[in-house]
Formats: sequence, structure tokens, C-alpha cells
Amino acid sequence: MELINIEGTPKTPTVTMNPETGVVAIKGRSIPENSIEFYKPIVDWLEEYAKAPQAKTVVNVQLEYFNTSSSKCILDVFKKLEVLKKDQNEVVINWYYEEDDEDMLEAGEDYESIIKVPFKMIQIVD
Amino acid sequence: MSKFLDECFEQMNQGEVVVSYRGSINADVIADTLGLVEAKLEDTEIHNSIKKKLYNVLVEGLQNLYHHVDMPKELTSQEHPESNFGVFIISKLPETFRISTGNFVQKNRIDDIKEKIDKINSLSSEELKDFYKFVLNNQKFSEKGGGGLGLIDIARKTGNKLEYNFFRYNDQYYFFNLTVYINFLK
Repeated sequence: MELINIEGTPKTPTVTMNPETGVVAIKGRSIPENSIEFYKPIVDWLEEYAKAPQAKTVVNVQLEYFNTSSSKCILDVFKKLEVLKKDQNEVVINWYYEEDDEDMLEAGEDYESIIKVPFKMIQIVD
Repeated sequence: MSKFLDECFEQMNQGEVVVSYRGSINADVIADTLGLVEAKLEDTEIHNSIKKKLYNVLVEGLQNLYHHVDMPKELTSQEHPESNFGVFIISKLPETFRISTGNFVQKNRIDDIKEKIDKINSLSSEELKDFYKFVLNNQKFSEKGGGGLGLIDIARKTGNKLEYNFFRYNDQYYFFNLTVYINFLK
């Protein structure tokens, strides 16, 4: 499987996905007009990865903010992780949010309640 | 049409204007506007979490406009030949930021829009959270965006009611004006 390394832009996050280490990281802003196009390779990669995953998969999500068009795609990403977990693999989701950013904390809690995989909420302190 | 738009603009205009725009609504205009607002707020004392909320709601509001600015052909004119014509004003009032957007809609769309906004405005914050999660998890994803999540998200993040107006242009078309507020003093 390929290593994915997508550089961030003012409207899209930096994404790295490493099949050797099982570490996935999404960081930055996610506000593209067409989110499906941006997230498709990410969702496809996870689907492929789930066929022969590492024993432990760690997903770090550190978003500054995201639009509702992305929110659906991000849910698709988490649904792939939910399947991975159902198949008895260890999945750790680290959801980062800046101090005082209640919107981002709440967004993480929303996803956690939908996909039923525990999130580790991590506050970033300056 | 220019005079009509001037009057709509006048109604939308309040407070200290940060950015005001009328013309083609495209991805570049949205990116540039966001950049401009960020630059203007950079050295202010507005709390970081409020700034982020403002940017988030601004993007949502402008992208909502972007997805709905199909300008009817018969309304394009020499001054406004754009097929994606829209209007927005971002302003600062003593305790709140105000984002007002406008676009033309057919008369037969009005009832749907009103019903949707009235429903959102009738919900408590807890109900909005549940509604958001329900739509996120159940609604089919449309080409146009988040499957109708935009306004729910704006209401949820701002904690304020959505204000709207329909200005009659002619028998068939109205100018739909939506205004949202992001408080920075609570």
C-alpha cells in the first residue's frame, strides 16, 4: 500500500496516512467547496488498508475548523474506522482541540456518539 | 435592477462595514473574503475562539450562498451579467458581528425556505444538536454541499436566531436576504 502525503492548502488539511505504522493524521482547515473530491482518496485508502491493517491504528485529527460539506466526509472516514474496530482491530482516535474551542470539542463529541468508537479528547494549550 | 439592489443593500447595511460585496460568488471570492476578514481581525482583542467561530460561520454562509446563486437568465443585465450573482455584507456592531447575504430566488421557493428557517429557529440548542446529528448521519449527500446542514450549523454555532427577508423584485422573483449574528461580548 502507498503512503499518502497530501500537503495542506488554505482550504484543505494536511493528510498523512502510513500503512507501515498504521498512523493517520489530518491537520489544518477543511473548507473546500467540493469536499467529496478531496476526501475520496482518503476514504478509498482506508477501505484498502482495512483488508490488511496493522494491529493498532492511530488516527490524529487536529482541525482548526471545517465546513458542513466536509463534516459528512469526515463521518465517512470515521465509519471506515468503526468497521476496522468491529473487526477486532485496535483503533485509537485522538481528537485535538484548542483551549476554549468548545465548537471543536463538541464536534468531536458528536462524531463519537454517532460512530461508537471512543475518542480521546486532547486539549492543545498554547 | 440597480436601483432595486441599492435599496436591498441599504436594508442590509448596518454598523461598521468590514467587507461588502456584490457580484459573482465563486470559490476565489470566498477565499479572498476570508483572508481579508482574517487580516482585519488579526490585531484586535477579539478572543481567538470567537474569531474561529466567525470564520467558520462566514465560510458556511458564503458557501451556502455559492451553492444557491443560480441567477435566472432573465434577471441578468448589463451591469450584472453574472450567472452566479450574490451580495454579502460583513459588519461589526458593538457586541456582535453581522453577516448578511442575499440572492434572487423564484417565488415558488419561498415557502420551503421559510419553513426550513422557521423550524431551525424554533429549536432549543439541545434540539439543534440532535437535528444536526440526525441530518449528518441520515441525509444523503448532495452535490451542492453538506446535505442541508449549513443553516443548522450556523444556528448552532452562533446560538442566535436566523433573520430573513424577502424583497419583491417582480411577480416571479424575490431577493432573499439572510442575516446571522456572532456575538463577541456575552
